[in-house]
Amino acid sequence: MKYQIQKYLNLKTSAAPLAVCRIGFGLMMLISIIRFWTYGWIEKLYINPKFHFTYYGFDWIKPIGNYTYILFAICGLAALFVAMGLKYRIAIITFFLSFTYIELMDKTTYLNHYYFISMLSFLMCFLPANAYYSVDNLIRKKQYNQIPRWTIDSIKLLISIVYFCAGLAKINSDWLFKAMPLKIWLPSKYDLPFIGETLMQHWFHVAMSWSGMLYDLMIPFLLLFRKTRIFAFVLVVFFHLFTRVLFPIGMFPYVMIVSALIFFDANIHERILNLFRRLFKRFKPKSEITKIETLTISNRKIILPILILFFSIQFILPWRYLWYPNELFWTEEGYRFSWRVMLIEKTGYAEFKVVDGKTGQFFLVDNSDFLTPFQEKEMSTQPDFILQYANYLEQHFESQGHQNIEIYVDSFVALNGRRSQRYIDPKVDLTKEKETFKPKNWILPFKDEIKGL
Amino acid sequence: MFKKAILLVAIVFVAIACTSSDDSNDNGNDGFDREALLTNYADNIIIPALENFESKLAAMDIARENFVNDINQTNLDLLSEAWLDAYKAWQFVEMFNIGLAETLSADENDGFVVFFNRYPVTVSDIETGAESGNYDLNSINYYDAQGFPALDFLIHGVADADASSLDKFTTNVHNLGYIDYLNNVQLQMNSKFSLVINDWQVAYRDEFISNTSSSVTGSFNKIVNDYIYYYEKGLRANKIGTPAGNFSAGNTFPEKVEAFYKNDVSRELALLGLEAIQKVFNGQSLVDASTSGVSFASYLDYLESSDLKNDTNAQFEAAKQKIQTLNPSFSQQVINDNTQMTQAYDLLQQAVVLLKVDMVSVFDVQVDFTDSDGD
Repeated sequence: MKYQIQKYLNLKTSAAPLAVCRIGFGLMMLISIIRFWTYGWIEKLYINPKFHFTYYGFDWIKPIGNYTYILFAICGLAALFVAMGLKYRIAIITFFLSFTYIELMDKTTYLNHYYFISMLSFLMCFLPANAYYSVDNLIRKKQYNQIPRWTIDSIKLLISIVYFCAGLAKINSDWLFKAMPLKIWLPSKYDLPFIGETLMQHWFHVAMSWSGMLYDLMIPFLLLFRKTRIFAFVLVVFFHLFTRVLFPIGMFPYVMIVSALIFFDANIHERILNLFRRLFKRFKPKSEITKIETLTISNRKIILPILILFFSIQFILPWRYLWYPNELFWTEEGYRFSWRVMLIEKTGYAEFKVVDGKTGQFFLVDNSDFLTPFQEKEMSTQPDFILQYANYLEQHFESQGHQNIEIYVDSFVALNGRRSQRYIDPKVDLTKEKETFKPKNWILPFKDEIKGL
Repeated sequence: MFKKAILLVAIVFVAIACTSSDDSNDNGNDGFDREALLTNYADNIIIPALENFESKLAAMDIARENFVNDINQTNLDLLSEAWLDAYKAWQFVEMFNIGLAETLSADENDGFVVFFNRYPVTVSDIETGAESGNYDLNSINYYDAQGFPALDFLIHGVADADASSLDKFTTNVHNLGYIDYLNNVQLQMNSKFSLVINDWQVAYRDEFISNTSSSVTGSFNKIVNDYIYYYEKGLRANKIGTPAGNFSAGNTFPEKVEAFYKNDVSRELALLGLEAIQKVFNGQSLVDASTSGVSFASYLDYLESSDLKNDTNAQFEAAKQKIQTLNPSFSQQVINDNTQMTQAYDLLQQAVVLLKVDMVSVFDVQVDFTDSDGD
């Protein structure tokens, strides 16, 4: 066994796939940052709001006023450097830190694919992605043709976990038997050309749900086996472009399509690199580069344990929800960071009542005084948001001179096409509650049952 | 291999299609006709409401002119009657803050409403305006000193140092200023409203009906949002919640009711607002009350949510019955027994949840206009 592990760790493979992955990733991220900026989202999501929903334990990470633009600029620049393979190690670490900082500023904007990018960039901090076809080669006058195989396999593993967990999460009665929430989402796109009519049909919702589940579960294996690889890639392209048409999911489909390229053999990547070589013919290096056959990773003893820990956490995190007694989709305790994609459609309403505990006098809060419509929408369906907002309201009204503040919330949530149900116990004074990882017993139990994982 | 796989997928798809498409055919689910809904709303509800309001506004203009030409109590009373008629007609118009109306003022939420019904009115602005002749009704500072609330004060309120409401047009030192202010408020309403109704009649009707897009800028999405916004703010908060102290630590505001200076009509106006809400929900024609067309209610039926439709209608009805038991003057009700007011508020509030959570979820309508990515 030990021998086999040792043998595996010493396997070599071409460095080209990792180089293509680096270039693709860097360019995608650069485009994402530019897109985010030009859409005015930095201002709208990070500068304008008066209040930000922070992550538990990361309360100190907040937007930094107009310097937030500089943060995005650094992130975009780092992405460009990553693509070029220029000062790669510093660039990818800078990218990981700045991107993750941006994502931690406000959990209103949490998306699984942002989390994926954070995780992938973390992983790439430890990989020799500049070994081949990079500016670093020119500077150091060294190029490596072969790299340890586990470096590329680790990226494949991360992508496989993402798909497979997303597939497992779809094995539940709402998704498979009620075709929810696709049954809600698809008909509202009735105005699409050609397929608009089909989108209204129940059979189509069911077919989409099942094929979505099967796709997610099977695609890692189909990509891994050489015989099914091309078919799998065609599926990847089709599936992600189709979801792109149906849903506003931004850059995510392209990121997933590009990252699926890593599964291919080196000759495909060499062909892709040849395109770049032709494009940058003028910049051919004047001095000769020493071509070294294989790169050995010097600090493997440190990197491997880190990666093992990293992947262990990746395997465990999606299952932490089992620790919470209530329905996961209802309370969302343990929902994030688990590759649960597109599983729930929630609409909520939360009206906060600020009560003077001594006199019993109260007033209602106009949420739009404190939150953007987007923040209010996210807040009204997620308990940790509701609590954090209530605690913020307490602070705010205390500083205004109110005393003996108690805060109650009148809240209702509709989940996956069900009728709305009262969400938070209206008799619980939220100022007495603090955020923890423990189950939140002030969330009212879900009056239905969703079977499955 | 590749071809076989494609064939397999195709077979699976066809198999699923054949087995379950029968169910959907039974239901006749061949796509909901949003254009029919929009057409019903435009032709049988919105445009008739606008036209009705237009004629009441014109009648009020005539009464104002008669009064200004011959200032006496009788003509002031006639103006008061015309004012009330127009105010009642307005209750069916306020929610349609769509099209040109939406962009008419600097207030992006309230749109054209600021020129007609922002209350409580700021009397000091009117008084200093009448004294100095120096005011601009298009300025954001005068949004709360025009429209029906300003007329309410001018017709029924008593200015500083006066003995009766008529005095400000006769014995008051600035009587000419008050007459001017009255004329200007009416002029402002006429000109703003003619822009809105002209646009509907000339161009916007067709644009409204044909914009069946599912995006946030599609007519259906907008009308749902406008409807809920009016219900929550225009009706629930402004007419009942604010005077009853729901937003102000139990401090009640009898003076913040609609039509405070006339005072005995706030219940009537609120009931009309609720009636408009019910009629739009059920697609009931304003021209011919016996017919009803495609509406939110029938769309809910179509989406197999008839229980939600019934519950919503029942909740509207419960709120209506409660409001009918209140004092005709909400000011009096707030002073005498505010609990009744807050009970009415609670009944209205329960329908907010049905509309804003359940209906929006079934319709899959975007409540906010933030365009960001999802996943």
